[in-house]
Amino acid sequence: MSNAGVTIAFYVLAVVVLGSTISVVTVRNVFHAALYLVLSFIGVAGLYITLSADFVAAVQILIYAGAVAILFVFAVMLTHGPEQASQNNRLRAPAFFVAALLFATLAMVMVNTTWSVNMIDAPVTDTPTKIAELLLGSRNAAGELLSSGFVLPFEVASVLLLAAMVGAIVVARED
Amino acid sequence: MEYILDPGKIGAPLAELLNFLPSWVVYLFFAVLGAGLVIGFITVCLLIEMYAERKVIGRMQVRYGPNRVGWHGVLQPVADAIKIMTKESFVPTGADKFVFNLAPVISFAPAVAVFAVFPFTPSLVFADLNIGVLYFIAISSLGVIGCVMAGWSSNNKYSLLGAMRSVAQMVSYEVPLVLSLLGVLIIAGTMQMGKIVEGQTIPYIVLQPLGFLIYVIAAVSETGRSPFDLLEAESELVAGFHTEYSGMKFAVFYLAEYTHMLAVAVIGATIFLAGWQGPILPPWMWFIGKVAVMFFLFLWLRATLPRFRVDQLMGFGWKFLLPVALANVFVTALIVLLVSGQA
Repeated sequence: MSNAGVTIAFYVLAVVVLGSTISVVTVRNVFHAALYLVLSFIGVAGLYITLSADFVAAVQILIYAGAVAILFVFAVMLTHGPEQASQNNRLRAPAFFVAALLFATLAMVMVNTTWSVNMIDAPVTDTPTKIAELLLGSRNAAGELLSSGFVLPFEVASVLLLAAMVGAIVVARED
Repeated sequence: MEYILDPGKIGAPLAELLNFLPSWVVYLFFAVLGAGLVIGFITVCLLIEMYAERKVIGRMQVRYGPNRVGWHGVLQPVADAIKIMTKESFVPTGADKFVFNLAPVISFAPAVAVFAVFPFTPSLVFADLNIGVLYFIAISSLGVIGCVMAGWSSNNKYSLLGAMRSVAQMVSYEVPLVLSLLGVLIIAGTMQMGKIVEGQTIPYIVLQPLGFLIYVIAAVSETGRSPFDLLEAESELVAGFHTEYSGMKFAVFYLAEYTHMLAVAVIGATIFLAGWQGPILPPWMWFIGKVAVMFFLFLWLRATLPRFRVDQLMGFGWKFLLPVALANVFVTALIVLLVSGQA
């Protein structure tokens, strides 16, 4: 792919992502908002492809557009059809406050991080290998598994999710 | 895409011929040509599928099937297509018109998009991505959005119920489907479709018989066909999420289902039956033959088994198929580790 092509693709995708994301928060119809969210996720996957991160792009589509968004849409379907989907409430001011706070935090992190841009055309390690290295630490030493990598935090996160799932089942049970 | 342009690949002579053009024009030309070829392939297969389905199931139920239009009824799909295109296409009152019209397209597009990574012959792959299998899984998970949009926007309780069922079913059976492919990926050590086929000196159905069974069951369920066709159980839901659709819009849903079925047949043939590999006959014949075998298997299942009940379906998916698929992955990983001597 040529550089010009990537640049054009970036701007087209940027317009799609920004447009759909703004629509998510501005449209009144919640179902439409959920669909715009799907479009925005797919647009972000496109941006990953322009960065040659194919694996991340596929996972983005699988997890966000295919699973997370589907859950949103599923919940929204409980709104009983197109005639009752437009919702109103008085949470505009608190929502604005929280959003502004989040934006400020993110902006601060972005400004204060030193971004090292690697412009050398070195062979890039593919993402699955990199993830495996990060998770399991150095590959040979089995003893280092838990001390060097991110296996422990990863497992803790899994246990947390399991606890949440069990909790959800207990809450949802009828008796 | 580079795959077609590489020397020795099928498009190489043509690329040579177009050498005088700037490279991006050649690239665009091959992109359009590739898309056209894929859509042409799908169209021809759809016509054959529709005829074969009615004829084969007819035979299995001891009747003739269509036999009025053309020789042994071979022009029946054409007649059906003409009939459905001339039908009135309407939008019900109270429907969300934009979403209603968009839904068939959204449901058809992912089914077509997955064909980009399929290795038809050693030299004919449109985009042999190194994440081929993951691409297939990711893109086909988007198909369910089309159903949901159709079900919600129709403003009809049967459509909504059908769509909810279809989401629940597709999300549930996606898990065993992915896990059944994972066993093969562990053995193959790659997600690139072309390499998976090349690596199969022994077809993976021999090494992963359980994986193949789980794949077939989950794939039939993913495509929403009998015995898993609960999303359009006519005795309970009229026709499920596409109850309100008529004419060409209905036809697009119908085509999406058949395209999806073709895609899972191709994946089954490629990953478990060694794709284009085989002695004597040319690779494309082996490929078509194996896809036809997979497709026949789906028809056979449909003609033989009655429909599941909705709670049985969920119970079967989560309580039986998922643990078995997990055990399969675990045992496969263990054996691969022991054989390679890393443990």
